[in-house]
Amino acid sequence: MSELKEELKAKIIEQLNLEDVSVADIADDDALFGDGLGLDSIDALELIVMLDKDYGIRLSDPKEGKKIFESVQVMADYIQEHRTK
Amino acid sequence: MSEKFFIKNYCHIKNQTVSVNGKAIFKDVPIALGTEDFSTFIKNAYKFLKTDYSKFFKMDNLSKLAFLAADVLLKSEYLNEKENNIALVFSNNASSLDTDRKHQAAIENDAEYFPSPVVFVYTLPNICLGEISIKHRLYSENSFFIFDRFNAEHLQLYANSLLRNKKAEKVLCGWVDFDENNYEAFLYLVGSEGEIEHNTEEINRLYNKL
Repeated sequence: MSELKEELKAKIIEQLNLEDVSVADIADDDALFGDGLGLDSIDALELIVMLDKDYGIRLSDPKEGKKIFESVQVMADYIQEHRTK
Repeated sequence: MSEKFFIKNYCHIKNQTVSVNGKAIFKDVPIALGTEDFSTFIKNAYKFLKTDYSKFFKMDNLSKLAFLAADVLLKSEYLNEKENNIALVFSNNASSLDTDRKHQAAIENDAEYFPSPVVFVYTLPNICLGEISIKHRLYSENSFFIFDRFNAEHLQLYANSLLRNKKAEKVLCGWVDFDENNYEAFLYLVGSEGEIEHNTEEINRLYNKL
């Protein structure tokens, strides 16, 4: 699980072009949207694509993302349970 | 007699250099000849110019180029924090082709069909106008035109019309072109203040100055 969380942090930084943010800067429970990392709606779509591409998880309702992308911890829990690759 | 307008300030970004009113304010020296790279240059320019905007690194190359040139000119205007009436009239030749190609490559890959939303949102050239408007709170007219080459006549006519008809207090206009590693930005701010008359001769003279 810890490995997955580190992997997710690295992917988020790279795919969302978070300049001057390192893996160490993101705590497992940090909010990804709003006051946390400050991600926006386009970033949410990018994360949905990432779930599909890297973990074989296809969200049928984009609104599900609101809960799943709450933090790296929540994302990792969801991926662990639903991943197909 | 028709009302006259004036160019207050202008900015060039090309050849690894950012210039304001003809003077270089930042020049990036590549490690070796032939290693010039836009991504490195624009990142270094962003940091040197103390451009504080976290969304900058999410933009595509055309938007980064347009945003930085506009920011250089607008940051010295002491803008209102809530709302500003500065119109944007931009133009170029390559439209958003550089980003369009990236998106096309993604959607042509049937085996790995995962087009990126972050890339897709920039497949229109006028997105850069939105980025500038959000940062500087410009609730104003904006247009992006595609031409074969730099068109001073069009910029002069369009900007003067906006100013004469009180559609804007100032107009930020010019040329912002990006395709592969070829890039060029020339933006200028026009309004009722300034020393250079806003006519096609002067626009072309400034455009060709560097």
